[in-house]
Amino acid sequence: MTVARRKFDAVIVGAGGGGMRAALQLSEAGLKVAVLSKVFPTRSHTVAAQGGIAAALGNVTEDNWHWHMYDTVKGSDYLGDQDAIEFMCRQASEVVYELEHYGMPFDRLENGKIYQRPFGGQSQNFGGAQATRSCAVADRTGHAMLHTLYQRNVRANTQFFVEWMGLDLIRDEHGDVLGVSALDIETGEVMILQARATLFATGGGARIFSASTNAFINTGDGLAMAARAGVPLQDMEFWQFHPTGVYGVGILISEAVRGEGGYLLNKDGERFMERYAPHAKDLASRDVVSRAMTTEIKEGRACGRDADHLLLKLDHLGEDVIKARLPGIREIAIKFAHADPVREPIPVVPTAHYMMGGIPTNFHGQVVAPYKTGPEEVVQGFYAVGECACVSVHGANRLGTNSLLDILVFGRAAGNQIIEDLKRNTHHKHLPGDAADKALARLARLDSQKDGENVAQVGDMLRKTMQAHCGVFRFADLLKQGVDKISEVAERVKNTEIRDKSRVFNTARVEALELDNLAEVAVATMVSAQARKESRGAHARDDFPHRDDDKWLKHTLYFSEDRRLDYKPVRLKPLTVESFPPKARTY
Amino acid sequence: MKFSIYRFDPDKDEKPYMQDYEITLEPADRMLLDALIRIKTVDDSLSLRRSCREGVCGSDAMNINGRNGLACITPVKGLREPVELRPLPGLPVIRDLIVDMTQFFKQYHSIKPYLINDDPPPETERLQSPEERAELDGLYECILCACCSTACPSFWWNPDKYVGPAGLLQAYRFLADSRDQATAERLDYLEDPYRLFRCHSIMNCTDVCPKGLNPMEAISQIKTMMTKRTI
Repeated sequence: MTVARRKFDAVIVGAGGGGMRAALQLSEAGLKVAVLSKVFPTRSHTVAAQGGIAAALGNVTEDNWHWHMYDTVKGSDYLGDQDAIEFMCRQASEVVYELEHYGMPFDRLENGKIYQRPFGGQSQNFGGAQATRSCAVADRTGHAMLHTLYQRNVRANTQFFVEWMGLDLIRDEHGDVLGVSALDIETGEVMILQARATLFATGGGARIFSASTNAFINTGDGLAMAARAGVPLQDMEFWQFHPTGVYGVGILISEAVRGEGGYLLNKDGERFMERYAPHAKDLASRDVVSRAMTTEIKEGRACGRDADHLLLKLDHLGEDVIKARLPGIREIAIKFAHADPVREPIPVVPTAHYMMGGIPTNFHGQVVAPYKTGPEEVVQGFYAVGECACVSVHGANRLGTNSLLDILVFGRAAGNQIIEDLKRNTHHKHLPGDAADKALARLARLDSQKDGENVAQVGDMLRKTMQAHCGVFRFADLLKQGVDKISEVAERVKNTEIRDKSRVFNTARVEALELDNLAEVAVATMVSAQARKESRGAHARDDFPHRDDDKWLKHTLYFSEDRRLDYKPVRLKPLTVESFPPKARTY
Repeated sequence: MKFSIYRFDPDKDEKPYMQDYEITLEPADRMLLDALIRIKTVDDSLSLRRSCREGVCGSDAMNINGRNGLACITPVKGLREPVELRPLPGLPVIRDLIVDMTQFFKQYHSIKPYLINDDPPPETERLQSPEERAELDGLYECILCACCSTACPSFWWNPDKYVGPAGLLQAYRFLADSRDQATAERLDYLEDPYRLFRCHSIMNCTDVCPKGLNPMEAISQIKTMMTKRTI
């Protein structure tokens, strides 16, 4: 079957902060770029980021990028690559100022400079006093940033393909990437978008869990496309559980609440974080706080009839501060928890939030994989940034407000790298005749499937399995059973059936395709988690409670085809400064 | 709970119709969007947009019992039954509850929704006092859901000529920004019998905004700026 094709200099899949920052770089350089997005760009999940962007501007307390680097390395539990972390922290101030120049409506200090607030894991002087590093627009920083980047792209005349879904990555016999096949959701047509550079900025996939802060669209599409095309996925066992999702609903309550002075209470009204992290208390790293909360729940000190959640108290901040700095949080708490935080605490529980793993890249945004000569060979023509990528700046645990920074820094870096690479690669490579066959076969299977399974039911089973077997604390027997169970679910995913066969805006079809992608991500997660026999960052094993640098100071690589695992060393050597060697991590 | 939902699939339907559904809600189904997702597990052909499910992405705007709103932040309890759901009024329907928003975004783009400042940027941030920044509150928070513009009779009649409340709210967001230098250019563009002056102060926009913003007030601010510069 022949499929329509269009040629571009570059194709970007995903129009969140990372995709749009890269697009801006390319459009302003005069390249012909197509940006695909399942949703209108301002509806991408960056919009839901609340607390801020980390950058050592030093507007409130003395600060510098080197301290930020130290905090990020420590926060990553030493699994982060120190070259990439130095690169990110050094550029942080510049990309934030740039965003301000684009029109970002940052909150301001009395002297007119950008407002900053403290966040977890931020310190002065390599582990000293709390730093104040997160640049904020109230508690709507992601919203303001996404709109600002969209607006700037409007000015740059970037071409968006709105409500298009990437189906598969196209590679030739050398493994070079030539573009993607994609579905126009509105018309149901499949098209090949051929490009000299293909950038994935498809975001996260925390929808593999039942309790998730993520939007419905966060289904790991980019990871699954990469995995199906033979690209490994890195460090998939590391998922961040955010300490404060609204109990029973999952919606995020920003760490900014604790940054502004809020704290957690158990059923006895005890500020229990003082026991777990005497120095940083409620502003310890997220993995530390989520584990403490889960322990409180397990040991019977949690709140409510079922003793299954904790309370986030902030009324002592006063109505003025809450209304000025945390208005979105107040709105969410009133609507979803029926609690006005001006008067009463918010019921919260650790909730799946962020994927530290992803498509392996270097700090130029180039995808790297083992091929012939080493574990980090560049996959020609392929780039990835943001949550779908694993640079790795977050290692085993991401610090709050480093994610918005990540997408700005590496969105821009990937854009610049593509501009350079395209100067050399001036021609489109030959497109194989069967470029869209796999994608078309998946669509044809869905259209003709009879007596198949219901997409929603299988999806529910997938999420429940991940939630029960791969949560905040992980147990050997649960992981072992989990691998079998999730493999069964992945088999069932191959036989889903949709009753809606319409060509026009068929959301049932989109959800079935998304479930294919969720299954890839879920299996990669469970297999990688079962294999890592230590506790590091967000991966906390009951049977191996300590970090084991001798055996496990290394990145996991998961290959979808045969579910094989491989490992590669952590890049401990920064670009210009001394390395931060692994040491005990306390807050 | 009973629902009556607008259905139209151009692939098979000659014309739109209303379809009745009756479902049993679970305790976790708090918002209208939860109920719609439950209906969708029974009938996967029901089509709607949704993403963040917390009222910040602006995907699931629809007409709920005659009033525009976001399904994800509309509590399902207390809605009059059968809950009548229709696509946002005044825009072409693509399918079921999904409308074609091309015209809406064209108007948004027409007002140059980006900061214009031709001075070379300083090495650090441009300074802005907290008071100047406060001028942007109630403006920058817009989520482009289109509840306001599609509740506005002037926009229904002239979607190609009248910018509409959402676009005008953003026009004022940049007029009010102390860092923006294009005030004259922006006002020139809006000084037109349609673009701005089709607003007849009906106030539907402010009445329906799910984020509690006030496009009506922004429009009158623009009108005041225009009057001031003529004297």
